[in-house]
Amino acid sequence: MLNDVTFGQYYPAKSFVHNMDARAKIVLMIAFIVAIFIAKNFFGLAAVILFLVLAIVFSRVPFGRVLRSVKMILFLIVFTAILNLFFYSGESSYEPLVDWWIITITYESIVNMIFLALRLFLLVMGTSILTLTTTPVALTDGIESLLTPLKWIRFPVHELALIMSIALRFIPTLMDETNRIVAAQKARGANFETGGLISRAKAVVPILIPLLVSAFRRAEDLGDAMDARCYSGAKGRTKYKKLRFTWRDLVGLLVVAALITGIVFLNIYLGGKFEILAYFLG
Amino acid sequence: MRIIAKGLTYTYNPKSPFASQALKGVDIVIEEGEFFGIIGHTGSGKSTFVQHLNALIKLTGGFLKVGEYDLSEKKCNFLELRSKVGMVFQYPEYQLFAETVEKDVMFGLKNFRKDMSEEDKRKAVREALETVGLGYEDVKDRSPFELSGGQKRRAAIAGVIVTKPEVLILDEPAAGLDPLGKREIMELLHAIHGGWCKTIVVVSHDMDEIAENCTRAAVFSDGKVVMEGTPAEIFRRSDELIGLGLDIPVTAKCARILKERGIEIDTDFTCDDFISKVLELYARSGGGVSKTGETFAAKADGPASDGEGGAEDAQ
Amino acid sequence: MKAVSFENVKFSYREEEGEFAVNGVTLSVEEGEFVAVLGRNGSGKSTLAKMINALLVPTEGTVTVFGLDTSEQKNTFEIRKSAGMVFQNPDNQTVASIVEDDVAFGPENIGVPREEIGKRIDFALDAVGMQAFRQATPSRLSGGQKQRIAIAGVLAVMPKIMILDESTAMLDPKGRREVMDVVKRLNKERGMTVILITHFMDEALEAGRAVVMHRGEIVMDGTPEEIFSRADELESYNLTLPRAAYISKKLAEGGMPVKGAFNAEELAEEICGSLRKG
Repeated sequence: MLNDVTFGQYYPAKSFVHNMDARAKIVLMIAFIVAIFIAKNFFGLAAVILFLVLAIVFSRVPFGRVLRSVKMILFLIVFTAILNLFFYSGESSYEPLVDWWIITITYESIVNMIFLALRLFLLVMGTSILTLTTTPVALTDGIESLLTPLKWIRFPVHELALIMSIALRFIPTLMDETNRIVAAQKARGANFETGGLISRAKAVVPILIPLLVSAFRRAEDLGDAMDARCYSGAKGRTKYKKLRFTWRDLVGLLVVAALITGIVFLNIYLGGKFEILAYFLG
Repeated sequence: MRIIAKGLTYTYNPKSPFASQALKGVDIVIEEGEFFGIIGHTGSGKSTFVQHLNALIKLTGGFLKVGEYDLSEKKCNFLELRSKVGMVFQYPEYQLFAETVEKDVMFGLKNFRKDMSEEDKRKAVREALETVGLGYEDVKDRSPFELSGGQKRRAAIAGVIVTKPEVLILDEPAAGLDPLGKREIMELLHAIHGGWCKTIVVVSHDMDEIAENCTRAAVFSDGKVVMEGTPAEIFRRSDELIGLGLDIPVTAKCARILKERGIEIDTDFTCDDFISKVLELYARSGGGVSKTGETFAAKADGPASDGEGGAEDAQ
Repeated sequence: MKAVSFENVKFSYREEEGEFAVNGVTLSVEEGEFVAVLGRNGSGKSTLAKMINALLVPTEGTVTVFGLDTSEQKNTFEIRKSAGMVFQNPDNQTVASIVEDDVAFGPENIGVPREEIGKRIDFALDAVGMQAFRQATPSRLSGGQKQRIAIAGVLAVMPKIMILDESTAMLDPKGRREVMDVVKRLNKERGMTVILITHFMDEALEAGRAVVMHRGEIVMDGTPEEIFSRADELESYNLTLPRAAYISKKLAEGGMPVKGAFNAEELAEEICGSLRKG
């Protein structure tokens, strides 16, 4: 169960992508998301896929491992895709394939569905490359560093970064704890699998309360442990891991810049996503 | 209820890069009426095994029968099985959740005995709390979170024994307690063993505890049972245990060194038996015969197979 | 030099009710000592420990660490730098998801320059024998390994005193041994002052001095051997003898000329000796 949570699960390896600066990777990921959303046709998405494949190859993370992160939100992707398929309201220049009650399926809605599902899929793949190749600490350091300008308006950047890294650190611990509590309550006859919505919601209480109590207890302990290790806020603090911008990051940024430029060109010269229909349907 | 396991296998996260085989063919028989010890390192598969016994982990390979319940059968009534095979996890106090101790202890009854009257349930809760040594009137309306550490542990155990399971499994029931707390827990287990609770299975790292309390024990290593027998039989093979990186009781350690020096002590490794056997040997060797004779007789009349001999006499 | 000194210290979590978790303790620990603090759960030993590094400040009396008064806030930082503390639950002490980042946390907090932090991580992981786990994820380690990482995290701050607040209570025998070995070595080889809070009687045997707490007071103080030879008194505080000591006591009562033994080796020696004599 624990290992299904890919989020925050760093995949240790030595690779080009692992060695990149976390800040550069965050910027790259944002640029990647931008690229996904400005791409108006399938050629643009093909370019994005090419970029993603390169990123996976250079990260040395097994493809299946990256794919697993999609599994978690597969339902969400399918759900949105189906909604879009049935209730697409855009104009259509062809005869509808299905037109029944409130459901209309057209060639356009199919294309739209594929396009949307692909976008979501790529989005998840891209972000998981980031979390798989960057330790949570480097990630939070990167965010902290990128948010530094906000310190000027007294935004608690350091504290926020620390909170995030501690939260990430405790996810596996609390997952283990949840499994244990579930097993203990099952042994006392609790039933989580059957029953109506209300009885199922009620069944969560014997899990949630002990989990919360435990989280509070852990927080208290951790607070003491941090105090004992001389924690006193951001003031006077040094950092062991300094983020270093290297040639790798430059390569990455240039490639993503090329990607976005390319997509803009493809958008202009090859038109929107529905042009493909004209190609197939004449 | 007799427990029979044959060729039990189990793999966590099968077909994934994180797959790990926790059980690699476990064969074991635990007879009704035993106080059975399970020994092994963290990760030896012992916790995975005991969680099979009340179907908290679904049987995926091998054969397992607990009393009448054949766990390989799809029709097996798991809920009924769980009401008869109680399980106390490590640090059971972490499962407390209700607003009062009474409600928390009653949780199991509500799930298993839906037909029971409210009054009978209360009676059962009272009995369970008193069994674990908590005053019903004192604690019933208190929040379980207000209790002291030792009391919380006992309240949590009451929450499991309230349904009077025939088999009670405990994973490190005394972990984290001080010596007196440990002794109280073991005394509690002996008090319920033999009554409605016919069989006790206890997972423990504490070899002295196993030597003092168990009728038989099994040693788990790397997903298999590598030794099985009475504590005396197991601890006689102390070299093997040490080879597995496990502890042995102080009595066994001592007997081992004595054996190297040519002194054999035929003991079952409980403190009391060890003491009386050594004294016997001393008497035979001619040391202080008259004086020792009577002290020895007085001491040896109950080579206490029950109770933590050491702690008990220490009072 | 006095590392820690308690003078008539009282502490109460609920002052208005007049309950004192620590009730009039006077105690001093010299630099380089290894002191075990024994007592039942709730005897006040953890409260005592938390007062040493100013996690708690006495309600009455004074606690000083290398001459610095813990109740003065300006001293807190210095005191925590010189008195590190390892806690009970191995899961609740790490802040980072990678071992080296976690060990770096303390040095970062006290403003150690980056190059120096790297060296300190090397040193600390080396001292606890965990160099191979520098890049590991703490949540995947065993309990004993987690506690050794916690010790390394404390060592990286370079304290002179190490307080272990029931740090072995949640470990299996193997983990306990690992931690105790590290602690013993730190005391012997580096002259670290160690204050070990525990309810495992046999761990106290590793210490040079044992202190017994009961209801917030120190009721016994001496070498572990002295303490364990006063068995009846110990029992009146609801503590038990280490098993070997119990057996040797019973043998002596049975008329065998054995002296108090504290572990299996000594016990075997004694038994052997008296059987040969007999």
